[in-house]
Amino acid sequence: MDLFEYQAKDLFRKFGIAVPDGKVAKSAAAAEKVAAKIGGRVVVKAQVQVGGRGKAGGIKLADDPAGAKAVAEQIVGMDIKGHKVKRVLVERAGDIRSEFYASFLLDRTAKAYLGMMSAKGGVDIEEVAATDPGAIARVHISPLTGLQPYHVRELLFGAQIPKEAHKGAGELLTKMYACFVEMDASLVEVNPMVLTGDGAVIALDAKVSLDENAAYRHPEFEKLSADIPLPKQEKIAKEKGLNYVKLDGAIGIIGNGAGLTMSTLDVVAQAGGTPANFLDVGGGANAATMAAGIDLIFSDRKVKALFVNIFGGITRCDEVARGILGALDQLPNLKAPIVVRLDGTNATEGRKILDDAAHPNIAMAPTMLEAASKAVSLTKGRRA
Amino acid sequence: MSILLDESTRVVVQGITGSEGTFHTKRNLAYGTKVVAGVTPGKGGQKWEDQVPVFDTVADAVDETGANASLIFVPARFAQDAILEAADAGVGLVVCITEGIPARDMSVVYPYVRAKGVTLIGPNCPGLISPGKANMGIIPVEITGPGPIGLVSRSGTLTYQVMYEMFTRGVGQSTCIGIGGDPIVGSNFIDILGRFAEDPDTQAVVLIGEIGGDEEERAASFIKENVAKPVVAYVAGFTAPPGKRMGHAGAIVSGSKGTAQAKAEAFESMGVRVGRNPTEVAELAIAAID
Repeated sequence: MDLFEYQAKDLFRKFGIAVPDGKVAKSAAAAEKVAAKIGGRVVVKAQVQVGGRGKAGGIKLADDPAGAKAVAEQIVGMDIKGHKVKRVLVERAGDIRSEFYASFLLDRTAKAYLGMMSAKGGVDIEEVAATDPGAIARVHISPLTGLQPYHVRELLFGAQIPKEAHKGAGELLTKMYACFVEMDASLVEVNPMVLTGDGAVIALDAKVSLDENAAYRHPEFEKLSADIPLPKQEKIAKEKGLNYVKLDGAIGIIGNGAGLTMSTLDVVAQAGGTPANFLDVGGGANAATMAAGIDLIFSDRKVKALFVNIFGGITRCDEVARGILGALDQLPNLKAPIVVRLDGTNATEGRKILDDAAHPNIAMAPTMLEAASKAVSLTKGRRA
Repeated sequence: MSILLDESTRVVVQGITGSEGTFHTKRNLAYGTKVVAGVTPGKGGQKWEDQVPVFDTVADAVDETGANASLIFVPARFAQDAILEAADAGVGLVVCITEGIPARDMSVVYPYVRAKGVTLIGPNCPGLISPGKANMGIIPVEITGPGPIGLVSRSGTLTYQVMYEMFTRGVGQSTCIGIGGDPIVGSNFIDILGRFAEDPDTQAVVLIGEIGGDEEERAASFIKENVAKPVVAYVAGFTAPPGKRMGHAGAIVSGSKGTAQAKAEAFESMGVRVGRNPTEVAELAIAAID
């Protein structure tokens, strides 16, 4: 779960990480009120989960509350790379002496935590990594011992952070690490971390990704995720506990197991089709799960055909077959074909159930590859 | 032969009295796996299904029954504790089926079990089977038999698909291992490839990867340097968009990193043939042993 900047900064405050005074606003009028409360010059920042918002005109300065209202009017409702701006963060504008980069993340390759720091802040860090890798200090931290003072020193000296910022930046790093571990984050990034005119070091931006597997020990995750918009279908999927990712194509896909479902998308693409989604009904999918999945997929108007690819392990193919028929009962006006391939546990029974039903929308296929070709050929020239 | 698991392996099942634990322990026993003990705290002294003694701790189970491998079915929030308990009780192999364990828990477990020399398979995996000998986990037994192919995969059902493709062509496996779909798993491709390389009964290896991380790229280099046997690979997720988790916690393209294309190219550049789909990779593996 990727947090918005304002959510990440609220979290930072709880960990004592210095951030500018500010508050999120959903309208220009609300932005004006926040600006009045802060007083003086403010910066109004679009809250979107996509990079490059500054260049897109999503970050603007204002001298007074009226100015804040005016720029917020421009920013709220803006489209930034396909993301609609619903909120702005209004913050006190400060003077900046230097900008740094700092982050903690889970390094999959090293199976350890990785701390990174650079004196080149406020720019795309992947670009710095590509063009000037020596400018980034990296230190691995064993999850068994946690962050030690020498890790912090290696980051500060390694990145050649100016001496006057060491105390403030070191404290910020230590608190960022505490936030990273205690919140079960997979990333805590501050870019830029700034040294202000009066010598303070603060987090001017904030990026936090949280591990949803840890939600059971963080009741606050639910509230955070409620504020993060999802595409309509993904939202329904989440409510129904289905593992769904929306794509852009014409062939709906249902598989069981993440790997097999990904592979199903790939073979459909190889056969010349375009997958409309990823939907993994998981192990032990029953009739109700199948019906919910089919219903969800056809709520996407672009879907012209559905390919159900099941390899029964714990999942029983007879249950899957009943689920497909049950879903079709609920969708009497459905014209789109459903290509079904069943193998594994109770496949014979499942195929028989579908054969006996002889439903006009259902086409059976003996193998995954033949099913993919069939789904693609049935889609060609069809309109949803 | 086989790797990691055979008919002499003595298994303790942690979470044996739960519904998942009961269901799969029955299937593993029916296949001939030596399940010698179960562990459910508070239920020590009972007999599971009138045949397997239950203990309160893994240490007791190991002391009393000589168990040398643990199979874990406990819920995600208890999994870190269960894995560490097994490692400290002295078993050499721990197989954790549990899905949904926080990455922070695994980041602590991983260095601890590695330092102890304990082999951890999983989590978020189907376990492993040495066909004709023993089955530890949830892999269906009907689609496999003994044979010369070693199989290692980050996936569950996709593994079954490839096993089934070989099965319908009359070819079995030495051992099939699902290493798990999480960002941090106990055993990586390289760990398993090294064992298959030394197993006299494994003539060729199938590796099934997917998007996310760089384990496939590392495996590709390892194969070129260390595995003299034929290895064929398959990678799932060519159509996965960046930044989206495709079912598995670890299956995510981050920025431009971890794409299926890059992984397939890494294999091919190291001389590992890549099948375009599950059928083709099974056929390549079979061709490699002919």
